[in-house]
This record gives sequence, C-alpha cells and structure tokens, in this order.
Amino acid sequence: MAAITIERIVKTFGKTTALREVSLEVQDGEFLVLLGPSGCGKTTLLRCIAGLESVDSGRIRIGSRDVTDLAPRHRDIAMVFQSYAVFPHMTVGANIGFGLRMKRVGKAELERRVAEGAALLGLEPYLDRYPAQLSGGQRQRVAVARAIVMDAPVLLMDEPLSNLDALLRLQARADLKRLHREVRRTTVYVTHDQVEAMSMGDRIAVMRDGVIEQCEPPMKLYNDPASRFVGGFIGSPPMNFLPGTARSGVFEGEGFRVPLHGLAAADGRGLLLGIRAEQIDVADSGVPARVQVVEPLGANALVTVLVGSTAVKMEAPVDTSLRPDQDVHLAFEAAHIRWMDAETGMALH
Amino acid sequence: MSARTWDRALIYGSATLLALWVLVPFYLIFLSAFSRPNDVFVYPKPLLPTDLSTETMQVFLQSTGVVASVLNSLAVAAITIVLSLALGAPAGYALARFAFRGRQGFQLVVLATKMFPVAILSIPLAVAFVRLGLYDNVIGVALVHTAMALPFVILVTAGVFAGVSNELEEAAMTLGCSRVAAFLRIALPLALPGLAAAAIFTFVISWNEVFAASILTLRQRTLPALVLFALQQSPLYFKFAGGFFMVLPAVVFIFFMRRYLLNLWGGR
Repeated sequence: MAAITIERIVKTFGKTTALREVSLEVQDGEFLVLLGPSGCGKTTLLRCIAGLESVDSGRIRIGSRDVTDLAPRHRDIAMVFQSYAVFPHMTVGANIGFGLRMKRVGKAELERRVAEGAALLGLEPYLDRYPAQLSGGQRQRVAVARAIVMDAPVLLMDEPLSNLDALLRLQARADLKRLHREVRRTTVYVTHDQVEAMSMGDRIAVMRDGVIEQCEPPMKLYNDPASRFVGGFIGSPPMNFLPGTARSGVFEGEGFRVPLHGLAAADGRGLLLGIRAEQIDVADSGVPARVQVVEPLGANALVTVLVGSTAVKMEAPVDTSLRPDQDVHLAFEAAHIRWMDAETGMALH
Repeated sequence: MSARTWDRALIYGSATLLALWVLVPFYLIFLSAFSRPNDVFVYPKPLLPTDLSTETMQVFLQSTGVVASVLNSLAVAAITIVLSLALGAPAGYALARFAFRGRQGFQLVVLATKMFPVAILSIPLAVAFVRLGLYDNVIGVALVHTAMALPFVILVTAGVFAGVSNELEEAAMTLGCSRVAAFLRIALPLALPGLAAAAIFTFVISWNEVFAASILTLRQRTLPALVLFALQQSPLYFKFAGGFFMVLPAVVFIFFMRRYLLNLWGGR
C-alpha cells in the first residue's frame, strides 16, 4: 500500500502552464477526486502521477519511493483511461491479463487472477469475446478489471464514467465505490462532474487554472467553500452570492442589511454573501425579493428570486404557494452564511 | 421519371462509363495476349473470347531476358518495400504521435520531393550511380524507387498510426510495457492492415516504374525497362503479352487489398 506525495510540481506545454506548483498528499487507501472544469489541469496532474507526462520541476513520491523520473511501468500504478483504451485486437481475457503477462506472471496464477478480476466486475461470460462485441459499459468494466488485477497499490482513473449514458453512470458509480471499499487501493479519480465527486470521494481537490483551490472532504467543501469558485462549482444549484459592502459590523446589500456576526471587515470593504439554496427561508420580514420562476422538481421546488439585481436560487416545498412576480421576504440562516472577499473571491473567517 | 430516378441513372451511367474506360483496354489486351500470335492481325477482331490460347504468353515468357527481368523486378520491388517501410513507417509514426518543432515543414518537404521530375533527376543519378558502382544494379534501382515511394509511405503510415489511439499505447505503458514494447504489441498489430496496404502500393509503384529503371540499367533490366526496350523491335502480339503480364500483379493485388486501400484514404 502506498500514499502519494506531490511536491510543488510545475508542468508547462509550450507557453501555457498546466500546473503551477501543485502540492498534494493522498493518504494510503484514500479515494481522492480531482475535480474541476475542463482545462484546469486535473488530467495533466493525473498523467504526471502516472508518468505519462514528465514534470518541469517538483517531486512525486509513491510510498517511500521518489518516482519523478521513473517510466510508468516502474511506478507501481494502474490506470483506467477515459476512452477505456481496451485493446481491440485482444479478447476480454487477454486484455485483463495483459499487464500480468508483461510482468511474466506464471500461467496458473495469471489465469486465477484474470478469473478473479472478471468475477469482481461481472465479466465472466465475456472472457472470449472481442471488445467490438461489447457495450460501452462492459468495455469500461474491462478497463477497470485490467487495472485492478495488476494489484498495484495506486489506482488512477481519468473520467472513467464520462462516456456512459446517465443511467449506466449511476450504476457504475456505485460499482466503483463498492470496488474501492473491497480492494482499498489508493485511488486518484479525475472528473468534471461534481455529483460524481461528492458521491465517491473521501476528499475532493477542486482545481482551477493549474492550482488546487481547496482539498477537503465533500461535505466540508460543500458547506465551507474556500472561494467563490468552489462554492459555485460544488452543489446543484451552486451557492448563491450576493454583493455588498461592510459598514460598522453590518453587511449592506442591495436593499437589505445582514449582521456580520463577528467578521472583522474594514468599513467600505466589498464583500460577497454566500448562501446555499436550502438555507434560505421565506419569512415575514428580512431580505426583500421578487419571485421570478418556480420549478417543481419532484421532491421539492427550485425557486428563482431577484434580490436587487441578483438572481438567487432557493429551495421550497414542492407545494409552495410562491408564484411568479410575488414580493416576498427571505431569511438567511446566519450559521450558514459564508463571507467572501468581493475582489479575490476568497473566503473570510 | 422522378428526379430521384434521374439521379440514380446519372450516377450509374457515369460509373458504368468510368468502368468501361478502364476495363475495355484491359479486356482487349487480355484478348490479344491469350490468342494465337497471328490472330492479333485478324480484322475485324472477334470481341468474344472464342478461341483462347496460351501460345502468345508462352512465346513471351520464353523470350530472352523476360524471366531474368521478372526476377529483377521482384527483387527491386522487395528491396523497395523493405527500405521504404523501414524508413517511412517510423517517420509516419513520428508525424502521427509527436508534436515536434518543424513538423509542418517536414510534412511539406516530404510532399515537395514529389515536385522534382524523375526525368531531371535521372541523368545526374545515373552519373552518380556509375561512380558509386550502383549503376546497372537492382540495389541502385531499388534506392531510386524507395525515394519515389517514400513520400507516399510516410503520409499514408502517418494516417494509419493516427488512427491508432495514443491512449492504447499509454495504457500498455502503464501495464508494464516500455515505449518500444507498447509500439510492438499494440500499435504495430493494429496498424498492420494499413501498413500492408502501403507495402502493396509500394510494390505497384516499383513494379510499374519504367523511366528510372530504363536509365539506370543496361543488362539488369527490370520488366518494364525490358518491355520498353523491346517494344520497338518486337511483334505486336509480344507487346500485348508484355502489357498483360505487367498489369496482372497490380490488378490481382488491388483486388485482394481493396478493403485496405479504402483504409488508406481517410477510412479508419
């Protein structure tokens, strides 16, 4: 088993910088998700760990070994690719056993481990088939099985579910989570899907422009985003942000005032009030707002209201009496308000 | 008739016309090559193969130098295939896989070599080959044919390798392969049909090439050079037999390889 230590790695492609001094610790057996929009550097970081990209500077350690200058095959990793990269000219069985053959594992053990891997992913009936005869979901499982049987202490996954349709993705997500619980490999998982990240990760590292903005357990990330970007990226709907100014211990927004509750902010400083949709209630008095849209979603309703000129999403019971163009007052639960600096977008405490 | 029917009629009509354009000369050559030597002069000529004979072909194959030149042609083609794939496939692979400085320029230069007419290159080449002791030698001819086939082989293999996803090789590398092993075990087998097609096309280029072969050989003629040389002095039936024999390998190969040839032109 092995932890991964990444120290200040820098990676550039020509003139663009993909990773800016990224440091990260992945615990032994942890499921860490790299989350971010496309182009944020998450896949590059994963490929650097795999050894498919060389780093410009910085070190990468797996377990006690410095692997920075090692070829992928010497790093004790296994990887699942976004395209699955299942070898089309080999049967499912040959695919799963490929890495073991390269390692010159004996025939009996190879067959045993291929059978084990196939059983783990429910692929026994397909061992003699070729990838072209499989569905997308089955191919994805072949790719996972091929990586799992390597018994490498580190498992790297690059958006392994992004090519599956929505229903299958839900199933595969649960399968991967179960698999991780059973094999307990140190896993680094790249995705741009925040729901996937929330549901699977022990911790999530949110990346943006080649930097890790925040790396915390999912609920911590959800409740205490370190920046406006994280709050806006995590959660559906994203966190609401209302602009305003600090003045003698009070936040003055557009047409409303909320106490700053001990936040030390100089008078006149620009702030953002961050609040999640489910922490907003309709009240008799408070922040004045006008209802714009009411969207019943089944379990509840998503209501869009205008506070001043800012659109705010809030949750309401599905049988809500709110109607478009209605004037209401909102109450923000003080404990759940997060303050951000208006200029930097960074959280203030 | 509806517009649709007209469209179809037009398409099939054009296709038939094109096919006839190519097939009719083939057929006439075939007819004359497989009749008795003197039947060639019969007029009007019977258009149906009523009186086939292998006599003409036998005369052709037994003529002085034909067998030797066929062997020469095969040797030249074989060397050409080996050399142009050994040089061209790695270049194609590099073009397909790596973003290196001057990649675009390289591609352009590869094509630009096609702009020099062989006619202009042949004389200096002949002189150079005489000095190097490569004149009148299958290796000399094969070298020129390799130069002629290389641009084609490079661009085609680049297309073939671009069709083999890089992630497959990367996956192999994470599964214990070195870069070379990943290429040999993954990219190469997957590219094989395309490479085979490139090899066969190279064969056809070399087999049919007459100009350089004529100028660079004297006694070690390749078949096209021999036929060209012998044409003026030989009877008509001999020309037909030679023509047929020249066309045959190309047609046979293309027939068996047509699936892979479609591979070459963008089909992945």
